[in-house]
Amino acid sequence: MSGQSEERKFKQVGSRPIRHDGLEKVTGRARFGADYTLPGAQEGVFVRSPYAHARILSIDTSRAEKVPGVRAVITAADFPDVPMGWIPAGSTGIDFGANQRTILAREKVLYHGHAFAAVAASTREIALAAGELIDVEWEVLTPVLSLEQALAPDAPILHEGQETMGDGDKPEGDSNISSQVLFEGGDIEAGFAESDLIVEGHFDTPMVHQGYIEPHACLANAREDGTSEIWSSTQGAFGVKGEVAMITGSDPNSIKVTPTEIGGGFGGKIPVYLEPAALVLSRKAGRPVKMTMSREEVFRGTGPTSGSRMWARIGARSDGTIVAAETRLEFEAGAFRGSPVGAACMTIFTPYVIPNFKILGLDVVLNKPRVAAYRAPGAPIGAFAAESLIDDLARKLGRDPIELRLQNAIEEGGVAKYGPSFGPIGFKQTLEAARNHPHYKAELGEHQGRGVAAGFWFNAGMQSSATVSVNDDGSAVVRTGNPDIGGSRASMALMCAEELGIDVTRVRPLVGDTDSVGYCDVTGGSRVTYATGMAVIEATRQVVDHLRARAATVWNVELDSVEWQDGNAVAINGAAEKGSMSLGEIAAKMRMTGGPVVASASVNPPAAGPAFGVHLCDVEVDPETGVTRVLRYTVAQDAGKAIHPTFVEGQYQGGAAQGIGWALNEEYLWDEEGRVENPGFLDYRVPVASDLPMIDTIIVEVPNPLHPYGVRGVGETPIVPPLGTVANAMRDATGVRFRSLPMSPPRVLDALDGASD
Amino acid sequence: MTGLGPVRPRVGREKNVAKIRVETTINGEETELLCAGQESLLDALRDGLGMTGTKEGCTTGDCGACSVVLDGRLVPSCLVLAAEANGRTVQTIEGLAEGSKLTAVQQQFLEHGALQCGICTPGFIVAAEKLLEKNPDPTEQEARYFLAGNLCRCTGYDKIIRAVLDAAAVMREERA
Repeated sequence: MSGQSEERKFKQVGSRPIRHDGLEKVTGRARFGADYTLPGAQEGVFVRSPYAHARILSIDTSRAEKVPGVRAVITAADFPDVPMGWIPAGSTGIDFGANQRTILAREKVLYHGHAFAAVAASTREIALAAGELIDVEWEVLTPVLSLEQALAPDAPILHEGQETMGDGDKPEGDSNISSQVLFEGGDIEAGFAESDLIVEGHFDTPMVHQGYIEPHACLANAREDGTSEIWSSTQGAFGVKGEVAMITGSDPNSIKVTPTEIGGGFGGKIPVYLEPAALVLSRKAGRPVKMTMSREEVFRGTGPTSGSRMWARIGARSDGTIVAAETRLEFEAGAFRGSPVGAACMTIFTPYVIPNFKILGLDVVLNKPRVAAYRAPGAPIGAFAAESLIDDLARKLGRDPIELRLQNAIEEGGVAKYGPSFGPIGFKQTLEAARNHPHYKAELGEHQGRGVAAGFWFNAGMQSSATVSVNDDGSAVVRTGNPDIGGSRASMALMCAEELGIDVTRVRPLVGDTDSVGYCDVTGGSRVTYATGMAVIEATRQVVDHLRARAATVWNVELDSVEWQDGNAVAINGAAEKGSMSLGEIAAKMRMTGGPVVASASVNPPAAGPAFGVHLCDVEVDPETGVTRVLRYTVAQDAGKAIHPTFVEGQYQGGAAQGIGWALNEEYLWDEEGRVENPGFLDYRVPVASDLPMIDTIIVEVPNPLHPYGVRGVGETPIVPPLGTVANAMRDATGVRFRSLPMSPPRVLDALDGASD
Repeated sequence: MTGLGPVRPRVGREKNVAKIRVETTINGEETELLCAGQESLLDALRDGLGMTGTKEGCTTGDCGACSVVLDGRLVPSCLVLAAEANGRTVQTIEGLAEGSKLTAVQQQFLEHGALQCGICTPGFIVAAEKLLEKNPDPTEQEARYFLAGNLCRCTGYDKIIRAVLDAAAVMREERA
């Protein structure tokens, strides 16, 4: 399937059609998670822990069960005890026991707001009131609320029996360090010894939330025969099916999951929170059960991504050649192992050729919510440290920050710090595109500054399926199992239309449930346009082969005498006198030539096309108030090939905006008992329209040879550079190096005061 | 015993609680509904009337996903009691398009790809219609400040603002 990416003249791909599901979404007709209900549906709610760390000695639900209107009360005792244990999978792994205990605590509650029971009742109000009547005997334990506390030699241990897995020097016995990652290359001591200049710093970032606007929601309907249906706002219906089966001890074949429209996820709707509880409640209640989280629950009990502490140093020769880099990354995993520190280690120095390096990452559990994937998990955090230091290096050397990056940039054939060598990549081209953009030469005024930073993300391949069928009017339907979170239906239709040679409006793209489409891994990892798109192209090519065969049958010629050109079967070679037949004409004859034309394909690409991005940011920092205003922002990124450029731009802009929020304002605030003090959008301040300027985009296209059209994933990379980009702009504007996020007004004022003392 | 501080529960359609009868005009249609005293207009629309185009994002008036127009004023329907709609008019996302004809704002949202996941879209469109009714020729900054009560986590607002400004231009042209 590869090798066709170069020089292909596209007719549909690269155009900007109105998305097929757009009408439903601008008229309010699209149905999201909370929009589904069934006759007789009960409202399910979680009951959540008032403590950040406590042992559950007993739970008595009898008072709650007697409340009129209550249909079912459940605790961990209503689930089989799935033991905790790490099952490695690729670069990460899975722990079904931990997943089960995230949904409903079993032995201990591990963060404030950790669910330990659930109630289904005729109204949400009754269910919440009944939840208050659940009697729990707690043994309150000392909470571990910071990395410092978690790593202290006498720290309370969250998980008895948890020994540190992985690489490097590890602590003896039980530890809150669940695992360590170590990447080493060259000779780190010699590398720093030959450095003329070393830049170094300690950095930290707070826990932040994905901040999707739609709270988690699902509807579960357990039927009398043991089968069940679940409607879920999820990034992956097949993932929900597998997790629900494992966690509830059900036959996976008995569960059908329908993905609803999804109101944002950014990785945070990959984990399963509600569905297993809703299903068990539904079984016990004998009614459908709907569960929706409040915004407060979303902040307390889902997401976030890790807070971190980092130390890093980079050594270079006086000509700017980087020769050594070393870092130690400590990431908060929350209640259970599984922070993205591994990915941070893999990405942190990858944009640059560095012969001597040592990268150590620690995954640390503590009494905060269990982290979930968040857009390029871990990479923005690591890049904040690395790109700040590269900026320091450029300043000390008196070099242009883009030129210094170009001098050290990794290119095709370069070896990533975690092992593999790169195929064609577009990092240098992206740096050059940013340098050549008018933004880079725009004038700056007083209190203003400009920052540059780069970022890298692997992107994912994984499993996908697609089915393409031809209607008798010559239109087509393409069906996949990936929830459309940002316009992917339109991209699937564009690729199908390209192969068929018809207009994209003649292709209807559908997202199917787990019973009606082949397996698809999650909408995540920037993988849908790449991997699912590959399945769509392959299935459509099979359809084209069928259509050619039908034409050959009608004309009574050999198959290789029929070519497919722009939506027509064209007779060639000795059969040229037969002329041509359009897709519509062939489709109208399907009944007589062999019946319906349908084809399916599946893929499981082990790798994807890595994507590099370079961001430019201009800020103005008000020295009186500490408020930072973003004046200009530009994103350059290698897309490989932009299938629907509007939605590629949208990914660039959205990732940048999330990153700007992370840099400037967003953070979880905690009280001393471990309670989140800002579980709402008023106090957890995501960027609003008046906080941002227009965000300019540059789509660089260095084709990815693994995809027939050259597609790389685009969704995640855009959030990798902004933390460093904004920090570097603020360094430029104020002369102060900010190493602690967020760079919110009080912190900026403190830093400016400190600098002027 | 949850210790989670104040929670604003959604009040469901409970049978044995005294209900208030509300007569209101929704999208031009006279509508009658029964609601509990503390039920929000958002819940009455979504759960009582099945009008799920108005979205819930926070129930604290911070996200704008539930924006509706009540007697000509843009409000978050999560902070309005259903009973307050008695004798008043409510406009929701469902009432904007006339038959198959979309409004200029809806059309420009489509043309610009001003939505990714789409959950904030109904609230943004309701708010943007109100903006353009009050100010047919807003500057970029005026649009950004008027829409600052509507959160979008996907787009970075760029395409939304462009769509609104272009819709304003289309509407001015239509009026001229």
